[in-house]
Amino acid sequence: MDMSKDLVAASATPLVLAILAEGDSYGYAIIKRVAELSGGHLQWTDGMLYPVLHRLERQGHVAAKWAASENGRRRKYYRITKEGRAQLAAQRQQWKAVDGTLRGIWMQACTA
Amino acid sequence: MTTFADQPLEEQIAKWRTYLRRRQAVHGPDVEELEGHLRDQLSALTEAGLAGDEAFLVAVKRMGSLDALSREFARAHSERLWKQLVIAPDGDEPANTSYAETPVVLILAIAAGVAIKVPALFGHPINPNDELPLFYARNASLFAFPLLAIYFVWKRKSNVASGLWLALPFAAGAVFANVFPFPTRSDTQVLTVLHLPIALWLAVGFAYVRGRWFADGGRMNFVRFSGELAIYYVLIALGGFVLMLFTFMMFRAIEMNPDWFVAGWLIPCGAAGAVLIGSWLVEAKQSVIENMAPVLTRLFTPLFTVLLLVFLATMAWTGSPINVKREVLIGFDLLLAVVVGLVLYAASARDPQAPPDFFDRLQLLLVLSALVVDGVALAAIAARISEFGFTPNRVAALGENLILLVNLTWSAWLYARFLRHRSSFAVLEGWQIAYLPVFSAWATLVVVVFPPLFGYR
Repeated sequence: MDMSKDLVAASATPLVLAILAEGDSYGYAIIKRVAELSGGHLQWTDGMLYPVLHRLERQGHVAAKWAASENGRRRKYYRITKEGRAQLAAQRQQWKAVDGTLRGIWMQACTA
Repeated sequence: MTTFADQPLEEQIAKWRTYLRRRQAVHGPDVEELEGHLRDQLSALTEAGLAGDEAFLVAVKRMGSLDALSREFARAHSERLWKQLVIAPDGDEPANTSYAETPVVLILAIAAGVAIKVPALFGHPINPNDELPLFYARNASLFAFPLLAIYFVWKRKSNVASGLWLALPFAAGAVFANVFPFPTRSDTQVLTVLHLPIALWLAVGFAYVRGRWFADGGRMNFVRFSGELAIYYVLIALGGFVLMLFTFMMFRAIEMNPDWFVAGWLIPCGAAGAVLIGSWLVEAKQSVIENMAPVLTRLFTPLFTVLLLVFLATMAWTGSPINVKREVLIGFDLLLAVVVGLVLYAASARDPQAPPDFFDRLQLLLVLSALVVDGVALAAIAARISEFGFTPNRVAALGENLILLVNLTWSAWLYARFLRHRSSFAVLEGWQIAYLPVFSAWATLVVVVFPPLFGYR
């Protein structure tokens, strides 16, 4: 399934925030988790995740720190902040509204 | 992140990293983060059974194109596209003398400010209600230029003994500026005021290029430096003007008169110190910010060309001759000087290997029209020069006209040859560079020979 660029971009923020709400993580692991959750339907260009993370960091929704990884090199880990959780809740409401509306109209189409 | 035993793979990663580093919007830590991602991806792929180069292709493909990536980074960090001039050295660059540089420059700038106050102790006071004594105008270049030369001797780690030779031209300048018995309202004195800085700027140039005047690129760098310094100096002067206005406004609000401070201290000390500070800024930013002088050249070359062509057309149409008044010759001298400047700064920013383009044709048109305009003006002046007689001003102006005319005529010839692919641009650049000492030599002549020649009048 080829998803439109706009939809991928719009869903990136809530997805990243939701994954970080599960626990602290880093870029490569987030990408892997997205692929896992979407069953491969949601394919990101890997590099594009980082500008998203940096934007969230700047907005204060996530905090980042460099720490040693299991193989010795350093790695940048991201953690969701309080503001990030509030943002995630807000985005969740919005997506729910969109989802509910679409469901409604498609249910009608099915039953009609 | 993992290091791979596979040597070619490591080399490919290194190459990819180098490409990424060149992107302005992607900074060092981002490169590290992205490389970590690439390595994680690579180790997952090789574990899944792909060979090193296959894994690399897949991983890089998944990472996305570098163009798209750096565009996204630029959107997330828009400030990175604005190069910042930071006085503190960048973390990446080797900090050799940079830490000592700030105090050295500040001390030299303060020394320049002090130097300009020393004559006040020896009978040359600055009276805020009077005009600035001509003593200061005559010696203006002697307050800051020697300190600027010292700065370059220090900065370039030149041999101190050879640096001492540079004291000679400044000492000579001080002698010729002050020994002549100029009467009040003397033309030759004004000529000295105008020409001594041009003569001594060459000495600063020698310090700038570490005394190796003919070494490759040194002189052109000095030309670039001079243009940037002029622009920075104007900017600093504008800031100083605002500072001055506020000084007046605030102290007058509490019924105090700051005239003595502004005229006696703020302006002279600031003007001298700003030469050092401006030079320091130019040195610090040369690798950080685009040079402004070539940008202004690009902007004004077409405008000046249009001006000259419209002027010629108007004169041909109306048939009105040039009204030869006192300042006309000096005015046309300045016009030629501006055109030489435009040619010089266009050359300073041009890649000598590049083939001729539209802008080169425009430059030739500019030079040719300037030559025609100057020819017309000279014809008008020559017709009446016997009437006027030879005053020092007129001889100086004629000499300058001749020097600039020779420069531009030969430049036009070289431009024409270059446009017809008969010769390379480097020849034209070489001609402009080689001509620089001629300006200083003529200025020296005016300072040294003119006053006694014309009886100091």
